[in-house]
Amino acid sequence: MEKNNLKGWLYLIPAVLFLGVFMVYPLIDVFIYSFEEGYNSASQTYFGVGMYNYEYVLHDPYFLQAVKNTFILVIITVPLSTGLALLISVGLSSIQKLRNLFQTVYFLPYVTNTLAVGLVFMILFEKTPYTEGLVNLIINWFGGESVDFITGPYWAKMFVLCFYTVWVVLPFKILILTSALASVKQELYNAARVDGTPKWRIFWRITMPMISPTVFYLVITGFIGAFKAYSDAVALFGTDLNAAEMNTIVGYVYDMLYGTGGGYPSFASAAAIILFAIVLTITCINLLISKKHVHY
Amino acid sequence: MMKTNGWQRPHKKGSSMKVVLKHLTKKFPNRNKKAGGDVIAVNDFDFEIPDGKLIGLLGPSGCGKSTTLNLLCGLLKPTDGQIFFGEDDVTDLPAENRGVGLVFQNYALYPHLTVRQNIIFPLQNLRGKDKLSREEMDARALEAAKLVQIDMLMDRKPSELSGGQQQRVAIARALVKMPRLLLLDEPLSNLDARLRLQTREELKRIQNETRITTVFVTHDQEEAMSISDMIVVMKDGDLQQIGRPQQVYEDPVNLFVAKFLGTPPINVFAGEVRGGGVYIGGECVLGAAGVPDGPVTVTVRPEGFVLKDGGPFGCGLKNVEVMGRDITVVCTNPCCEAPAVRAIISAENIAQITGTQVRFALKPAKVYLFDAATQARIRCELTE
Amino acid sequence: MAEKNEYSRLEKAARTRQSVQNAVVYTLLGFWAVMVLFPFYWMVLTSLKSYSAYNAEYIPKLFTLNPTLENYANAFTAVPLADYFLNTLIFTVITTAVMLAVTVLAAFAFARLDFKGKDLVFTLFLALMMIPNELVVITNFVTITELDLRNTFSGLILPSVTSVFYIYLLKENFAQVPDELYYAAKVDGTSDWRYLMRVMVPICKPTLVTIAILKVIECWNSYVWPRLITDDEAYFLVSNGIQSIRESGFGRENIPAMMAAVVSISVPLIVLFLVFREKIMEGVSRGGTKG
Repeated sequence: MEKNNLKGWLYLIPAVLFLGVFMVYPLIDVFIYSFEEGYNSASQTYFGVGMYNYEYVLHDPYFLQAVKNTFILVIITVPLSTGLALLISVGLSSIQKLRNLFQTVYFLPYVTNTLAVGLVFMILFEKTPYTEGLVNLIINWFGGESVDFITGPYWAKMFVLCFYTVWVVLPFKILILTSALASVKQELYNAARVDGTPKWRIFWRITMPMISPTVFYLVITGFIGAFKAYSDAVALFGTDLNAAEMNTIVGYVYDMLYGTGGGYPSFASAAAIILFAIVLTITCINLLISKKHVHY
Repeated sequence: MMKTNGWQRPHKKGSSMKVVLKHLTKKFPNRNKKAGGDVIAVNDFDFEIPDGKLIGLLGPSGCGKSTTLNLLCGLLKPTDGQIFFGEDDVTDLPAENRGVGLVFQNYALYPHLTVRQNIIFPLQNLRGKDKLSREEMDARALEAAKLVQIDMLMDRKPSELSGGQQQRVAIARALVKMPRLLLLDEPLSNLDARLRLQTREELKRIQNETRITTVFVTHDQEEAMSISDMIVVMKDGDLQQIGRPQQVYEDPVNLFVAKFLGTPPINVFAGEVRGGGVYIGGECVLGAAGVPDGPVTVTVRPEGFVLKDGGPFGCGLKNVEVMGRDITVVCTNPCCEAPAVRAIISAENIAQITGTQVRFALKPAKVYLFDAATQARIRCELTE
Repeated sequence: MAEKNEYSRLEKAARTRQSVQNAVVYTLLGFWAVMVLFPFYWMVLTSLKSYSAYNAEYIPKLFTLNPTLENYANAFTAVPLADYFLNTLIFTVITTAVMLAVTVLAAFAFARLDFKGKDLVFTLFLALMMIPNELVVITNFVTITELDLRNTFSGLILPSVTSVFYIYLLKENFAQVPDELYYAAKVDGTSDWRYLMRVMVPICKPTLVTIAILKVIECWNSYVWPRLITDDEAYFLVSNGIQSIRESGFGRENIPAMMAAVVSISVPLIVLFLVFREKIMEGVSRGGTKG
């Protein structure tokens, strides 16, 4: 095939333009912003260059709160959602009847608007002067004390946030794991059965090793996704997340950029780069671990 | 040379195990739902597999061979009928508890485990009084590996092995638990031609040494004939014939069996019986006393032809294929079902072939008559 | 016959195990199905309760005997829900269409054409896949603000168009089309453009549909960027609409009306999902991420 340089680039122009303006340039720019001290977005001026933005962010109690929240969220939801998804997928692949129905139902949260359904969760968990809320009703049934999960104690709010996050991320994980399980050759299971292998042993010695690449993929993407949590929190606690003590790192970035406390793109950039560094580090650690434990 | 190890007494419960199939039937719901009804994969099988023998289940693809195998190992439940291992009814016993060894067509080796781990895998399932120590397991695995001659590959992964080696690992894994019954599904079909020949002799040797009752499935009649003590010929879920390979070859019960066994395949002619004589295209080729007049299918094994000047059966000569010791005379006959008649004769007689015509005499023992309508064998004394 | 007894014991044990296992599995699956469906049930239920009836329930009722549609009427009149819908529709359709055009062109260039610098550019593209959106949003926000595109559709759409991952997905699919077809078309005097539109695109239609559906879902649910770039209600998308309803609409307490709004904005995607169930699930398992 003869080279046709002009034509090739012609086809690429739109993509290159869009990516250049809205991805490559911003990527460079965000680093510059993060080192420009005292940047003023109205006059587009700054005082000097240095680490002040990072220093400010790292000493900002709101940011530290956001980091703490994000880490708690990640540590709880990633293992929980992966384990639950694994349990459900294994259950799904062991049945014939109603399997399609269950699969369809489980996938529903994926196609729903996070903000909209978050509102429903808020109503379910909320305790107001007018109503106990359904969840508290159930707690009362079992003899527990009512708790306001939306504006109440920290752990209650964190519980709702984790619960909702798991609810939102499960469809994707179940779908991926179910198709990974389906791709394990039936023959291997038959061979194990004929050899008299107990079910739990089949699971740990055959199923798990065979789907371990998928599980690790889900863990890695799960970490990345959970570190970027934001809209789930907004859905449950409203846009003023700092007041609710429920802000996340991404939330902090956006708050710095815009909104009541906004107008500080430099601080936002510094926070975003810190987040990126954290995610990158965790992902690298994950990859190193997976190299040791994942079978080919 | 017989080894004096555990292999001669394959099962701890003791001596022998024959396998008895009683009216075994398996139906599958029809995939094409509009057509309705069931597909009968195995229809009323009723026979006994003698203890310690190598049995070949033989038939074209889709005849129900693999279904039979899966019924024997318990991966499928029969629709009807019973299976006995020795005297015990195992029809409802789950596959996990049957203690049979099964070698899959694609070997089904666990890709993430080494050869050693693959072979040990079944032993690690043993519980209670059968539980083995680590050393016993290693010893048993090594013994099985030696039997199939892969003991030098123990630490490789299946992906690092050739097809033939993988096959041996699969056999070792099936043998290591000293099964009462060994089942092999198309064990040679994934190997290349040279390896296939070698492996089938290997199979025979292993079976000889272990004396485990062994059933293997194949669509290759040559494979089945060459190593089986007994073959079971099947077609469309129906049992056709059971017997020693030579016996089935020499005495087929119907046209299907006659055509299915033998390479080159048997020659099939549209013929007729008239007044105690067998006629092909107006020529009386053999005498058949006591057979009622009417149309028949006449089949002649390739080795059933003898070159003879003035012989009763004439054909147009096409060409001669020289194969060393033997030659194949390829000729034509208008009554033949196939485009060419193939006759195998000794190479010494090649000089006799001249001109465009050949004439043969037929060996009565190599000629079978079948009812033209039912294709059942017509049993009779054929004479030259 | 000791042996016989052992077999029948084994058979019985296997049967028992199987039924216990089935019971456990179905209970587990059923439990999670309820967990998933309940919020949907609750939003529909609440949206059908009248405002007064809902407020009278200190202890919420699990069903209602007097369903009413007044909340839906409210949702569309008291707040500009219909406008939010229209905005979202415009945003979704244009973004998806432009994305498809850009993606098809770029994927074709990478899969079929040969030009100087192709490998380098493609590597750069792949590298971009790893860049999180959060990192580039800041500058984009500043850019759009400086271009005076806040509260415009251009401002909403432009940064949302490109997706490196979809270009990659489609390029892989394009590359599977046999070379022979291209040479045959060349011999017949077909231009590259015609070949792309008449051969490649129809052959790879399934992937294009998958990409389009995924993008539609993404657009319909997008919240962060629209929130940054719009503060004029006239340009709110449904997500932002919901958020503003929650914080100020309906006097904050009219939960049945809020739920009616929530049901209204959830229905289109659920219908889309039920219609294209297989396609969407296959598409997501091939190329989706969320979570």
